[in-house]
Amino acid sequence: MTLAFTAGILALFTAIVVSLWHESLPAIHKFGFSFLTSTAWNPVHDDFGALVAIAGTLVSTLLAMVVAVPISIGAALFLAELAPAWIRAPFGIGIELLAAVPSIVYGMWGLFTLSPLIADHLQPSLAAAFGFLPLFQGPPMGIGTLTAGLVLALMILPFIASVTRDVFLMVPQNLKEAAYGVGCTKWEVVRDVMIPYGRKGIAGGVFLGMGRALGETMAVTFVIGNAHRFSWSLFAPGNSIASTLANEFTEADSTIYLASLIELGLVLFLITFIVLGLAQWWLRRGSTERTS
Amino acid sequence: MVAQARLYGANVVIRAGRRILVNRLVLTASALAAASGLVMLGWILGDVAIKGFQAVNWEFFTELPAPPGMTGGGLANAIVGTLVMTLAAAVMAVPFGVMAGTWLSEFGRESGFGKTVRYLSDILVSAPSIVVGVFVYLIMVRPMGHFSGWAGAVSLAIIMVPVVSRTTEEMLKLVPHELREAALALGAPYWKIMAQVIYRAAAAGMVTGIMLAVARVAGETAPLLFTALNSPYWMHGMNEPMGNLTVTMFNYAMSPYDDWQTMAWGAALLITAGVLATTFTTRLILRLRSVVH
Repeated sequence: MTLAFTAGILALFTAIVVSLWHESLPAIHKFGFSFLTSTAWNPVHDDFGALVAIAGTLVSTLLAMVVAVPISIGAALFLAELAPAWIRAPFGIGIELLAAVPSIVYGMWGLFTLSPLIADHLQPSLAAAFGFLPLFQGPPMGIGTLTAGLVLALMILPFIASVTRDVFLMVPQNLKEAAYGVGCTKWEVVRDVMIPYGRKGIAGGVFLGMGRALGETMAVTFVIGNAHRFSWSLFAPGNSIASTLANEFTEADSTIYLASLIELGLVLFLITFIVLGLAQWWLRRGSTERTS
Repeated sequence: MVAQARLYGANVVIRAGRRILVNRLVLTASALAAASGLVMLGWILGDVAIKGFQAVNWEFFTELPAPPGMTGGGLANAIVGTLVMTLAAAVMAVPFGVMAGTWLSEFGRESGFGKTVRYLSDILVSAPSIVVGVFVYLIMVRPMGHFSGWAGAVSLAIIMVPVVSRTTEEMLKLVPHELREAALALGAPYWKIMAQVIYRAAAAGMVTGIMLAVARVAGETAPLLFTALNSPYWMHGMNEPMGNLTVTMFNYAMSPYDDWQTMAWGAALLITAGVLATTFTTRLILRLRSVVH
């Protein structure tokens, strides 16, 4: 009987993919492959393309990874190896709590607290320093891809930090002691023993955070600006797949509009499936090699 | 000779000095990274607390939302709605997840099917929750012709199932094999072993896992946006659009009314406090238990 419920999880997964695919058929038939490469988004003329939303999703996620990965691996090292023992428990609980804060709270906080600060301080200084790049041009509005990336970074930081911390904690004590024994400093133990040993696990943790960032809805929807316009500037308002769904799904009034939104959902599901699949593969590979 | 030895010695000292310096730099950087995480946590929580407390008063818990432009009012219906939907989701998801987790741990540990489902569950745990909302819209909201509390509860349940299943499995795996063998040797049938020995041994861990899953879905917004929708009225059953805290927060925070934005902070405070209190206590219990064993 318990087998039936286990099969239920498999059935659920299949049902999600099949129903999304089936319901997006009108859009798939009408736009074909060009759905993925078109920047059109025109509900009045029933002309839809996913490129702006896909680009917004990828760019905001990439930005989040660039900011979050070094910080979270640093924090994980601190919690696993470098910190004095009495600090580890409170810091560890703090990071876990940061991971538990609902994403809508991050979104609201990003909109009301962070985005004015970004508009007043971060964007003007970025524009002054790198304004010759198209990435940092345009009016400093505070909401846009840049802010979305930063809020996402803050959100995935604790996920990556806690997974990589667990990976570092699995490094056998005698390996580390051997390295300390030949006179390595803590950093050298980390660089030459712990990071090579936990390589796959770290990659898994990073991809897990990436999967979260790609599919995150609320933290992004508040701050990305929700504009269906492609722009090279990180300051410009944009859109992600998830924020498009959140804003427009209940407003879709024609079959093809709804089907296009569902196809967006399918694209998002497939992208995150690949990223999370890789993440789990690495996390598993990491742990089976260790036990065998 | 002597001069050479001295030079060599000086080199060693310089290199050791550099190694120590690099070590200190990295230590400092990683401490700063960890500290920055805590600072952000403090900043967010502080902000939510300060702005949220301005909204929280007696009416906040007892009254219905006021129309735009009117002052006062509360979010009583949304609070009830979130509680009811989360509870309904738990009632659906916990048996499902526990059963699936039991099979994965007891019968399907090495089978290919078990491995596949384990893999898919791990992916589903982190899958985008808004896609679950789209899915439930397609299978429930559209066939039924209207948004409903049930649809909201089902989406939350779908998010809970893989979480509950995986934590159940992990907790059951911790139960020593000898316990199962001892009970089998006494001639107990397997269902009795499960119910009276294994679940009992793993109960604390399973409950904490379930509480963490409940805390997680209680703060979910995306899967409710087009399933439960939202409503400013008291619920008359779950077969209609249902008020809930998170969607209310979304609508109110995006609205141009100051009153509503304050209300949204109040809702943020309530939901954050609830979720973090649950997470904190369960984590603490888990830690304490792992210290004891």
